[in-house]
Amino acid sequence: MTMRINLTLNGRPRTFSVQEHHTLLDALRDDLGLTGTKECCLVGECGACTVRLNDRIVDSCLVLAAEADGGDVVTVEGLAPEPGRLSPLQSAFLEKGAVQCGFCIPGQLMAGDDILRRYEHPTRHDIEEGLAGNLCRCACYYQIVEAVEAAAHGRAHEETQLVESAVVREMPPHVVDQ
Amino acid sequence: MRAFAYVRPGTLDEAVALLNEYGSDARVLAGGTDLIIRLRDRTLTPSVVVDIKRIPELAPSIERGDRLLRISAGTTMTDVCSDSIILESFPALAEAASVIGSVQIRNRATLVGNQTNASPAADTAPTLLVYGATLVVVGLHGERRVALDDFFVRSGVTTMQPGELVTAIEIPLPSAPQGSAFTRRTRRRGHDLASVTLAAAVGRDGSTRLAYGSVGPRPLVFSSDRGEPPLETWFASARPSPTSMRASPEYRTAMLRVLAHRALATARARLAAA
Repeated sequence: MTMRINLTLNGRPRTFSVQEHHTLLDALRDDLGLTGTKECCLVGECGACTVRLNDRIVDSCLVLAAEADGGDVVTVEGLAPEPGRLSPLQSAFLEKGAVQCGFCIPGQLMAGDDILRRYEHPTRHDIEEGLAGNLCRCACYYQIVEAVEAAAHGRAHEETQLVESAVVREMPPHVVDQ
Repeated sequence: MRAFAYVRPGTLDEAVALLNEYGSDARVLAGGTDLIIRLRDRTLTPSVVVDIKRIPELAPSIERGDRLLRISAGTTMTDVCSDSIILESFPALAEAASVIGSVQIRNRATLVGNQTNASPAADTAPTLLVYGATLVVVGLHGERRVALDDFFVRSGVTTMQPGELVTAIEIPLPSAPQGSAFTRRTRRRGHDLASVTLAAAVGRDGSTRLAYGSVGPRPLVFSSDRGEPPLETWFASARPSPTSMRASPEYRTAMLRVLAHRALATARARLAAA
């Protein structure tokens, strides 16, 4: 069975049909093509599917799309201030080398962004607790915590950068060549 | 996930009618952090999922009455661990709620759902047991109240009848100063299920209440009126699983003693400071 739902998605009103037994994660990735949100453990342990729903981050694998009806959803695609630019937190992830394989990063960014929204001056403990629901198989935890800390302290680049130039500059040549 | 119909009643009567119409073919959806996992792995295959979050009476709320604190069924762990009354009067509950899952889980998981799932490892259950909490249950024949201690039977099984719905948890406000504390043992810090989960409360009159979970099919609560509590007698009721991957029975039993002493020491210190 399908139902029509209304969402504010990354700041824009959207109306679309979902299967009643599909999760918000299914709807985002398969119905709306927003594949930044990752599917991984599907039991609420890894945090790769983290999105913000009505001002609180959730594991979108554990929320039915129908439950989000009428809600305000922000995904990793909605974090950047405008196309081609990065948020200070995203810049801090690049600057601190917090990204290795990158699969967990959308979720880490959503959790990191949530920490920045909840705490004006997050402590190391606040950051670690705030990221506890996001696993990183490459174990970049130290750099991820540092990136959130840097963004919180305003030590990240104040000027946002063009995505492409930032990515090319940060990646070692052998990675780009692949 | 097998297909099901998603229904979103707007009133309590409508919800109860649906639960009675579909019986065991309906499942209540609150936070969904357990239910959706079980729908996906097909240990549950209801034809109807009843989302209770749009029912006004069940909307997140923590209300202080004359004698009771009332926590509605829609109240999440995040709401619980940041509430000023709970932090002041029921700190063990705030502590337990704050270590469940992750931020993402606590933003969805409800305090009521943590009881109705009846997991032996539910972290909030021992705290609610030492605080003497009661569940408000509605069904076709109206409302009834059941002490949480009379609610748990064994893992996943409660005394709730088919077609019933828990609408709130009521916790008596302490009439005299009390000190309370929560503690648990996990394999790692952060996101993990407890190998032992335990809460204690002490009063100026010398009374002690202690409850523990994850060491048997259901959480257990014990109390003594005065004097040194008979801890060894209380611990003798522990029945840790011989096959659990989280910890051996010997380890759990040993940790039960350690955690009880820690929780009691913290509770006594808090009582002294109250």
